[in-house]
Amino acid sequence: MNSPREVEPVLVPTAVTRPRSQRRPAVHAERIALVDLLDRVLAGGVVVSGELTLSIADVDMVRVSLRALVTSVSALAQASDDEAVPGR
Amino acid sequence: MAADGKWLYAVAERVAVPNTPLAEIGGVSGRGVRTIMAAGLTAVAGDVALAEFGEQALRRNLEDLDWLEAAARAHHQVIDAVARQGPVVPMRLATIYSGDAQIAAMLSEQAADFRAALGRISGRTEWGVKAYANRQAEVRDDSAVTAAPSGPGTGAGAAYLRRRRDQLTAQKNARQETLASAEEIHAELSRYAAETRLHPPQALQLTGSMAPMILNAAYLLDDARHEGFAAAVTALAGQHPGLRLELTGPWPPYSFAGTGEEGGRR
Repeated sequence: MNSPREVEPVLVPTAVTRPRSQRRPAVHAERIALVDLLDRVLAGGVVVSGELTLSIADVDMVRVSLRALVTSVSALAQASDDEAVPGR
Repeated sequence: MAADGKWLYAVAERVAVPNTPLAEIGGVSGRGVRTIMAAGLTAVAGDVALAEFGEQALRRNLEDLDWLEAAARAHHQVIDAVARQGPVVPMRLATIYSGDAQIAAMLSEQAADFRAALGRISGRTEWGVKAYANRQAEVRDDSAVTAAPSGPGTGAGAAYLRRRRDQLTAQKNARQETLASAEEIHAELSRYAAETRLHPPQALQLTGSMAPMILNAAYLLDDARHEGFAAAVTALAGQHPGLRLELTGPWPPYSFAGTGEEGGRR
């Protein structure tokens, strides 16, 4: 609940300093925080136009997904955390 | 019987993919990953059942956090494996084509754009820096005020209002100070980067942190620069005790291989 206020940056252990050849994908993927990953795979990456089977507008899809995420996570966290959320 | 779609993970140069151990990777559907070549480029794709990955099913599944997490991790695993071998353009999650021929046609049509993107990200990786504001001071002020107004009379009321005003001013100043710190940090770190991008700060419920996030930035760094960058993050953390900094990476260039559209809001 009450974490110490750290001054040092937290180096998230995603094989930060090891050379590419020594990193192992499965481990690497497991350690990544889901929120950081979703920032990238939902809002980043290339959006191609063409003969997609899907016509979901990318912006809509991100909105749908993140709403789902916020809803799910806040439902889970309700009991333990009542802190107000600042506007984004 | 067109029950399958083709989930597209990434596009790379033709020479970059053969060493990638794709055979061991199941991908989002667990049915494996393969390559489609056209125009000197390689698309990394996999078959997915439209019953699960078609438009209607996707709308439903994207609302399911467990499904979304599994898909995001599987998507990333493939991209990360390809990124180890060379420059890669990651596709946004849930880019699905009707067939291999359509993917090959897309590669041919957009070959120039892909080559330009691969050139920009070659020899570079993405790193993330998040800054959280330390809110201890505000919390203390809040408790002081709610306990304050006890007695009746104009004197107590005026004192309360004055305290309340001072407290709001202090909060505002503290907030401006942390925002200024975040801007300073971003400006300093940007000097190391070929490109930068600001993502919206993550909501408090998602970070699992008590402290609000005020900076969620991505930096595209030349491979030779990331040690200096990491040292700069450490130094900046020391200079800005009101903030906690978190460094993540290396990432495939999700935030930089894209269309040039800016996602940041600050």
